[in-house]
Amino acid sequence: MSEKEVKNLEEIFEARIARDEKIEPKDWMPEKYRKTHIRQISQHAHSEIVGMLPEGNWISRAPSLRRKVALLAKVQDEAGHGLYLYSACETLGISRNELYDQLHTGKAKYSSIFNYPTVTWADMGAIGWLVDGAAIINQVPLCSTSYGPYARAMIRVCKEESFHQRQGFEIMLKLANGTPEQKDMAQDALNRWWWPSLMMLGPTDAESVHTAQSMKWKLKRKTNDELRQQFIDQTVPQADLLGLTIPDPDLKWNEETGHYDFGEIDWDEFWQVVKGYGPSNKKRMKDRVGAWEEGTWVRDAAMAYAEKKEKRKNDIKRAI
Amino acid sequence: MTNNSTTDTSSLPLGEMSEGQRGNLYNYILGIADNSLILGQRLGELCGHGPSLETDIAGTNISLDLFGQVRSYFQYAAQISSDNDATEDTIAFLRIERQYRNVLLVEQPNTDFGYTIVRQFLFDAYHLLFLRELEKSNDETLAAIAKKSIKEVSYHWRFSSDWIRRLGDGTEESHERVQEAVTDLWMYTDELFHQTEADQAMIAEGIGVETSKLKEIYYKMISEVLEEATLEVPEGKYFHKGGKQGIHSEYMGYILSDMQYMQRTYPNMEW
Repeated sequence: MSEKEVKNLEEIFEARIARDEKIEPKDWMPEKYRKTHIRQISQHAHSEIVGMLPEGNWISRAPSLRRKVALLAKVQDEAGHGLYLYSACETLGISRNELYDQLHTGKAKYSSIFNYPTVTWADMGAIGWLVDGAAIINQVPLCSTSYGPYARAMIRVCKEESFHQRQGFEIMLKLANGTPEQKDMAQDALNRWWWPSLMMLGPTDAESVHTAQSMKWKLKRKTNDELRQQFIDQTVPQADLLGLTIPDPDLKWNEETGHYDFGEIDWDEFWQVVKGYGPSNKKRMKDRVGAWEEGTWVRDAAMAYAEKKEKRKNDIKRAI
Repeated sequence: MTNNSTTDTSSLPLGEMSEGQRGNLYNYILGIADNSLILGQRLGELCGHGPSLETDIAGTNISLDLFGQVRSYFQYAAQISSDNDATEDTIAFLRIERQYRNVLLVEQPNTDFGYTIVRQFLFDAYHLLFLRELEKSNDETLAAIAKKSIKEVSYHWRFSSDWIRRLGDGTEESHERVQEAVTDLWMYTDELFHQTEADQAMIAEGIGVETSKLKEIYYKMISEVLEEATLEVPEGKYFHKGGKQGIHSEYMGYILSDMQYMQRTYPNMEW
């Protein structure tokens, strides 16, 4: 294809996005669009899968049968999200095994928040309330993103996420209205998860390398800083309702801007975690890689069995 | 289901049951539900660690079904309990080890996917046969729980027996590994058919399932799948028992210390 023809296709492509048309797997798309989407969708899928681990850590110790069932269902939903996000990503011409390989070798990233440990039961509440809350803010705009399979997967993901967030808030509410020990547990969880949740919305706009292009492709509708502000404005009244204190002495309502002002985020900590040196990075990867490697013989068996079955079927056909 | 009893306990309001009848019914329910509780707990330990995303989802799903059943059984047991403060959670979390009535099979560890699937397979066949009989119980609540659970357990059985076929007739390695698990776990199958005093009392009332009648079809059912999977049906004549009397393996204490951790550390709180 000549340079002129490519340019022409690109113009048609950009015009389609500008008209809010969906791009489908078989449509022509610029290579950069494909690559950016593989990166973002797979990163999202990996986050769902790695995100199962910190919560899975409390399934065996959930304090009541009702909570155990709800937590199991939640972690199962995350596996389901991973499944449809991987499928959406595969439509861009990359296999699930390649995607796993990128995760296991550290080439692909996942959300930095899952590299923090879940040390008490209240963390199940804080993750639902704050982490899923931040995720929703990030994800709702993606329901109308330009790539069709991703947008459709996100509609389903978002419905379930908002249920998870309510569930998390309800865990916090029960703790906040419980005994002094329970209230302390809730406050401690908020103290530990607040800042990582703010960091989860990504580096500041000045540091974010992908924002401009992603905005153009509607892979992003608001900048990281706008999303962060929205999250804070939405969450502070909820913390008030719980009677818990957000661990930021600089947090203050600003009449003029109509938003909360907030303190300095420790970006050194963020980059440390992103680069692989957070409190649980090693453990998360060890668990993921371990499960994958220990499962090799099982997956091989399933493949071998399917082949044998197919062969037997063909042998019978031939005999007839 | 045999019903050769003159007293039909199920038609009695709970308040009119004798203490002995209530005690037997209570213990009978625990005998059923504890199997699902401990197996659900074992499967829950694996969540996020499966060999593939699909098996992970399926394993979690089975765990969820089992805990759902446990809740129905324990809510009913709480009504029958002589302890007025009993709830599904006090029954699930606040007994001592000797008071759990599950069979030894379900507490066996998640050694690898082979052991996990074989444990599931050996239990599912029994569970399905058991529920099909419990559905005919004179006790309406138990019959209703059984009816709802049969659908779920039919799926569990399909899942575990399909995997037995895949692993048995898959690769040389998978064949060897799953055969080892079958041979090792076989010794826990006989206990499934043992009867406690409460079981016998409930059978006499037309409430309980006459498990001895299920034994032959059970071994036929699992042997057929094992043979199809090119696996050997073990000839082991020595079996282990004790779980139904509350004498468990050394694994049980660790399962409970994990499961009961919150309730023991923070007593009398709501979650």
